[in-house]
Amino acid sequence: MKEKYGNLFDMYAKITGENPYEVPMRIYPAVHYTMGGLWVDYELQTTVPGLYALGEANFSDHGANRLGASALMQGLADGYFVIPYTLGNNLADEIYNAPIPTSHPAFEAAEKAVAERIATLKNINGKQTVESFHKRLGKIIWNECGMSRTAAGLKQAIADVQALKKEFWSDVRIPGEINEYNPELDKANRVADFIELGELMCVDALAREESCGGHFREEYQTPEGEALRDDKNFMYVAAWELKNDHEWTLHKEELKYEVIQPSQRNYK
Amino acid sequence: MSHTTMNLNLKVWRQKNTKTAGAFEMYRVENISDEMSFLEMMDILNEQLITTGGEPVAFDHDCREGICGMCSMYINGKPHGPWQANTTCQLHMRAFKDNDTIVIEPWRANAFPVIKDLTVDRSAFDRIIQAGGYVSVNTGNAVDGNSLPIEKAKADEAFAAAMCIGCGACVAACKNSSAMLFLSAKVSHLALLPQGDPERKTRVTNMVAQLDKEGFGACTNTGACEAACPKEISIANIARLNKEYIVAGLTSE
Repeated sequence: MKEKYGNLFDMYAKITGENPYEVPMRIYPAVHYTMGGLWVDYELQTTVPGLYALGEANFSDHGANRLGASALMQGLADGYFVIPYTLGNNLADEIYNAPIPTSHPAFEAAEKAVAERIATLKNINGKQTVESFHKRLGKIIWNECGMSRTAAGLKQAIADVQALKKEFWSDVRIPGEINEYNPELDKANRVADFIELGELMCVDALAREESCGGHFREEYQTPEGEALRDDKNFMYVAAWELKNDHEWTLHKEELKYEVIQPSQRNYK
Repeated sequence: MSHTTMNLNLKVWRQKNTKTAGAFEMYRVENISDEMSFLEMMDILNEQLITTGGEPVAFDHDCREGICGMCSMYINGKPHGPWQANTTCQLHMRAFKDNDTIVIEPWRANAFPVIKDLTVDRSAFDRIIQAGGYVSVNTGNAVDGNSLPIEKAKADEAFAAAMCIGCGACVAACKNSSAMLFLSAKVSHLALLPQGDPERKTRVTNMVAQLDKEGFGACTNTGACEAACPKEISIANIARLNKEYIVAGLTSE
């Protein structure tokens, strides 16, 4: 046991103060992956030409469930075996282009948009900390979009996240300055993204009226309590496009299995 | 499990940036659970500071499970605090008792300048890795898993060296701010494996040259690094590094 799991057991002992070689371990399921990421094509290019997303940040190898160390596998596979062969296709067309100066209108527009977002965040000067928003978001998602989900719960969660977003953008407090090392400002930008992603996860979970992998809808289960798939209607990957605030458009990417058919997993 | 709470005095190093002089500040945190991690306690301090109009303490952290090597606090005179083979994020508050005063400082070494408060710049380590801490392989073809047999004893030794998370505790613990334990772990893990063999000599030569450039101190074999290392990297690796370095020098073309 020590040879195989010694590292894990040591970690556990430090967290709990209990010796797992003697006392039964206390274990509970936890969310560990989003089961999704940025849409990319087969060359790992995003919807922005020339912008590639590798590893866990893209959606390509997530599937309905994801097990430990898959992120490591995907990072290595994308980095070693995909991008060295696909990036060249983009560079081949770019090679005759002169270096693009930072005075390019697209560069200036992007820089301005980022500077404005940061200034907006900083100038809110509200009362609540970034950490408190992060915790509240986590609680909403954990309760309603975690281990098991229902239509009613997800609708409530979407409303709650949208309300939280409004509150965040009107009452967050970020100490320190913009042009210095400022972890709170950094975190505020991340939490703003998490709020958006949290809403999307609920929107997606609500639209998928079946159970599969890490997505368990209480309404869709077998009499034994196992995930009830609906391959007739949901054999697709959902690629969501965000047009305006809270305006999500679904693009379905059909899944075709020719050799191995997906099936319900039963731990019995 | 019994569960207690405690009130603590924190003596924390505050420093605005690399150029400004720093100083200790005293803070009081209350109702800290003994089941909290040290970083969770720091989060509570920061919440308290922000809501009362103060500036939060900047500190590095990422995975919070002891594998990324980001957290880097000098706690009560020891890198990563009082527990053996432990990172700051894995340190839990049951290590302390009610009304303790805890002294928290950044890593102190010329090669690790303070960026702010408890955050230091450890990019010197990145540059040492860039100088040779890798193997060059052709990408594209995945090699079959067992095509290169490696003896168990060697694989274990290489793995023990590869456990280094590059946190810098060895440098912080050393009276000379030497980074030899870090470097020796990186050189050893590749020197022990056949994949590391083709670049064996250039690797050690280039990495040692970069180490010297970064301004780390010399190693005098006192072993403080080994004692402070959260991954228990052995100083036997330093002996191996010296051997690799000498052999590379004597047999260079």
